[in-house]
Amino acid sequence: MTVAIVRFGGSNCDRDSRAALAALGLDATIVWHEDGLPADATAVVLPGGFSYGDYLRPGAIAARSPILEDVRAAAEAGRPVLGICNGAQIGCESGLAPGAFTANRSGRFQCEHVHLRVENAETPWTAAYDEGDVLELPIAHGEGRFEIDEAGLETLRDERRILFRYCDADGAVTDAANPNGSADNVAGLVGAGPAGNVAVMMPHPERATLPDLGNVDGQGVLRGLG
Amino acid sequence: MTRYTGTVTVRLKAGVLDPEAETTRRALERLGFELDDLRVADRFEVDLEADSAAAAEETVAAMAERLLANPTIHDVAVEVTEAA
Repeated sequence: MTVAIVRFGGSNCDRDSRAALAALGLDATIVWHEDGLPADATAVVLPGGFSYGDYLRPGAIAARSPILEDVRAAAEAGRPVLGICNGAQIGCESGLAPGAFTANRSGRFQCEHVHLRVENAETPWTAAYDEGDVLELPIAHGEGRFEIDEAGLETLRDERRILFRYCDADGAVTDAANPNGSADNVAGLVGAGPAGNVAVMMPHPERATLPDLGNVDGQGVLRGLG
Repeated sequence: MTRYTGTVTVRLKAGVLDPEAETTRRALERLGFELDDLRVADRFEVDLEADSAAAAEETVAAMAERLLANPTIHDVAVEVTEAA
């Protein structure tokens, strides 16, 4: 099995993702987007970065790259697809997940550690955790504010597709703990795959996976790929 | 075929927070200007050839729908004029 990590011009978390997956014993290959998805790809990572220099909107142009048709087919076939940070923006822009990630409430690029509450532990992405667990993961984004209309948010809640919400260190989901102004503190959600197999999230699990970095809270998310 | 220019204006839907506009408004106030509000929009000007203004508008509207705007957060206005 091989996890395909899709590299666009401007991706910069592709090698981090590969190192993190290797640490978990998951075989992973970086794939240039123009080369298409390899036939033996068992899962897909859309990594973080600044694809196409964030021109137009973050992820907008990468989302229209032909490889996204391959990614969509993989998602529909039930293969795990994980979009992290810019990959999450690409996921929403491509319609693999609902909503949009847009400018932080602060108007600033924010690079910091945040706490996340696990909202649903019955997904491939959160099976390693318990509902209500509090994770600490890094964020590094200027446009991570999740926007969705009220009906769309209701659907996410009803279908239990919210994976993580920003919270304080004790797990309380508060406005003060919301780093970017995301609707309902949503930090990550399940997208359009038939079996909950598509996920997008702004925080970086791959930056909290290698034990040398002192925080392995993100490992459970990446295990959803294998 | 006639040459047209399609102008696409993309702006945030009413009610969607716009930190860029807010920051710009504050900067104007710092310069001593008084204003009630400020909105930011992106404008794209597309030169193209088409059989009619309606055909040009249809094409440009499709460009807006498929790439230039994100319907989750944006409203779009399309205007077509014959190129000078």
